[in-house]
Amino acid sequence: MTELRRRGGGGGDPDSTENISDKEADGDDKLTFPGEGEGEMEGDSKADTPDVPPSTDNTPQCLNKALEGLSSRWKNWWIRGILSLTMIIGFFLIIYLGPIMLILVVMGVQIKCFHEIITIGYRVYHSYDLPWFRTLSWYFLICVNYFFYGETVADYFGALVQREEPLQFLVRYHRFISFALYLAGFCMFVLSLVKKHYRLQFYMFAWTHVTLLIVVTQSHLVIQNLFEGMIWFIVPISIVICNDIMAYLFGFFFGRTPLIKLSPKKTWEGFIGGFFATVVLSFFFAYLLSQYQYFVCPVEYNSETNRFAVECEPSNLFMIQEYTLPAVVQNAVRWKTVNLYPFQIHSIALSSFASLIGPFGGFFASGFKRAFKIKDFADTIPGHGGIMDRFDCQYLMATFVHVYIASFIRGPNPSKVLQQLLVLQPEQQLSIFNTLRNHLRENGMLPPAVEEAQ
Amino acid sequence: MAELRHRGATDKELQHQNSEDKGSETEGKERDGASDNETKSDSGVPVPADDTPVVLNKALSGLSSRWKNWWVRGILTLAMISFFFIIIYLGPMVLMMIVLCVQIKCFHEIITIGYSVYHSYHLPWFRTLSWYFLLCVNYFFYGETVTDYFFTLVQREEPLRILSKYHRFISFALYLTGFCMFVLSLVKKHYRLQFYMFGWTHVTLLIVVTQSHLIIHNLFEGMIWFIVPISCVICNDIMAYMFGFFFGRTPLIKLSPKKTWEGFIGGFFSTVVFGILLSYLMSGYRFFVCPVEFNNDSNSFTVYCEPSELFQLQNYGLPPVLQSITGWTTVKLYPFQIHSIALSAFASIMGPFGGFFASGFKRAFKIKDFANTIPGHGGIMDRFDCQYLMATFVNVYIASFIRGPNPSKVIQQLLALRPDQQLHIFNSLKAHLTEKGLLPALEEAA
Repeated sequence: MTELRRRGGGGGDPDSTENISDKEADGDDKLTFPGEGEGEMEGDSKADTPDVPPSTDNTPQCLNKALEGLSSRWKNWWIRGILSLTMIIGFFLIIYLGPIMLILVVMGVQIKCFHEIITIGYRVYHSYDLPWFRTLSWYFLICVNYFFYGETVADYFGALVQREEPLQFLVRYHRFISFALYLAGFCMFVLSLVKKHYRLQFYMFAWTHVTLLIVVTQSHLVIQNLFEGMIWFIVPISIVICNDIMAYLFGFFFGRTPLIKLSPKKTWEGFIGGFFATVVLSFFFAYLLSQYQYFVCPVEYNSETNRFAVECEPSNLFMIQEYTLPAVVQNAVRWKTVNLYPFQIHSIALSSFASLIGPFGGFFASGFKRAFKIKDFADTIPGHGGIMDRFDCQYLMATFVHVYIASFIRGPNPSKVLQQLLVLQPEQQLSIFNTLRNHLRENGMLPPAVEEAQ
Repeated sequence: MAELRHRGATDKELQHQNSEDKGSETEGKERDGASDNETKSDSGVPVPADDTPVVLNKALSGLSSRWKNWWVRGILTLAMISFFFIIIYLGPMVLMMIVLCVQIKCFHEIITIGYSVYHSYHLPWFRTLSWYFLLCVNYFFYGETVTDYFFTLVQREEPLRILSKYHRFISFALYLTGFCMFVLSLVKKHYRLQFYMFGWTHVTLLIVVTQSHLIIHNLFEGMIWFIVPISCVICNDIMAYMFGFFFGRTPLIKLSPKKTWEGFIGGFFSTVVFGILLSYLMSGYRFFVCPVEFNNDSNSFTVYCEPSELFQLQNYGLPPVLQSITGWTTVKLYPFQIHSIALSAFASIMGPFGGFFASGFKRAFKIKDFANTIPGHGGIMDRFDCQYLMATFVNVYIASFIRGPNPSKVIQQLLALRPDQQLHIFNSLKAHLTEKGLLPALEEAA
């Protein structure tokens, strides 16, 4: 995550200060080790402080050449800046390419994050040579992905599934098949237990499962948000990125009071400035996006053309409505009403969450990195670290958006409900039919029955 | 779990039945110490205190240590089985309470092990946080269950309705609070320990809490789906022990040296037979067979229904092989008995893997038993370690092969849809029902 900087840090190198202060913080931890109770109490710390290999400089040759002339400080700054722009442009490109591309990218990111965290686990426990374990970790990843994608596919591709016979079989017994696959992995784990390495193997087993829990479930929530409409995918991610950047800038220019001991470079000024800037920017960004059907419509799979289609009648959420301003604001602004998309109101909730609670995800990742004495999750992106470093704030956000949609926006998926209905026993169907008919009659959707032909 | 024994074991080994695990552990410890970096300062496995009640001790004071142990285990086994029958008699409500208590106790046992492994008993806040997360996850799961099964009750009471409508949001907010508390409680010196305990807590929650809720889901399908799987696992334990005791010769797996192939196979066949007989016994009673429903008027659970096809005797034609042996052409069976074969086969073949997992876990962390709650048997987790896989399997089995979706849940979802979507579904359903001939074609179209 972008680091906020203390103003009192003076004119020193922004990024080398960052490197130094991280090292200092690590050094603090190291210093306390020998004499501290923790060194005695924590039995497994003595010999397995991971030897973090010095970060290899991953910067491409061409960038290095172009920036040769500048001092180290500005070179670092430029590299981070260029990579940031590159990532943002990449983001726009993928959005333009459409939903399928987005799903594939989400999947790619998920696999890379999983790989990064598991590699850290191996280094921490020196367990790279444990028999079978790499295979097992990837096998569990495939199992859990199969389970989740199977649930999604069954929901959204209902018509396609009904058409193809093998797909129908797979869907009907999906849970059983997933469970059997998982059990096979579980039994392989039990059979692979080697006497000398019991504890290590259990640690890696647990590490794998916690990683799966975090990375895979969240990436599927991201995909489910995507199916609601690309705006539910783009706006949250943009808000988090914006909060990062705004908080960094506010901290750079005005930062003075440290925020939390865990991340010494974050400041209250950056936090609060980032909050307001993010709310305002996302308000306008939501206004921009709400106008286009491409972003606003739920992604549907068109069985005839075998492609994804985003075409619909925009829901109430994305139609301009008039809101009366409260009296206070009326005096200030001299408008009586204002035309807004209801979605913009929701975006305020989303951006508040991203600014207030999102940083906790970043603190969690910082604490994790300090706990296991690593500077970055990996070296994938020059100047920024690994993919996990960029995505650590996004995870809480994805879950929040999903819960938000489920609670406040969307009802259940109609085709799924119909599917469930058709599987019930006939007498259950009949009783539901009658209940539904009464309900619709009460609501005036059906003309009242003149005769009860039961 | 009951330990199977080598037939070749001498009396001395019989005597040291309990300490045999310790012996192989010390052997393991020596070898572990060389290569397993984490063993250096980890020792403190307290010697299990002798928890046997004084009255039992007095009654058995005359016997030698070997038989005394045997008798203590035997008496406690009988006590647990009788207790099981009593709570079944008391009904679904009590069963749910017991499942909840067992879950809390198992969670407590595993977390305590975590504390003693990591010497982290004095970490700031952590005990509170672990229990808080347990509460959150339980609230989430019970909320989902309650909404499904107590639908009418929930619709009636206003505060319950709000809680149910925003259930996911409230649960997520509660969990987030715990997460933020964790982040704020990170102390510089103890980062790693705190992350370990955080991970330990979550894995424990994943195992213990999700499975206990699957058990409760199974229970709501009908008490027979709760009783038969648990009985199959218990029976497999006991039968495998007996077969191993009398015929055991070939060791099964290095992880649990006292298990034998003879015990495994003998246990398999006897459990399948036991499952068939038990399901025949139980399928006749509505109390076991009917789904548990909440009766709004009497505000209590009722088990009263028309038994489904699964629990009605049907004629099956025997294959010719069996016909010639037994001289019967057809046999009357409940279809459920066929399913029970699948259940007991799983219990006998996969159940032990849960036990091996727990044995490996105990060896990895150098503990003899999970706790000392039950004299002679160890902790609650020791008794329930095979049950967890079984509960998940039964739940998946029911979802895949037996039951369709829950009708009240479907109605609930229907009523939450938008009116035009409801109309669309109404028409599709009407067309479907008319096709099937359930609706007379005279119905006036909307």
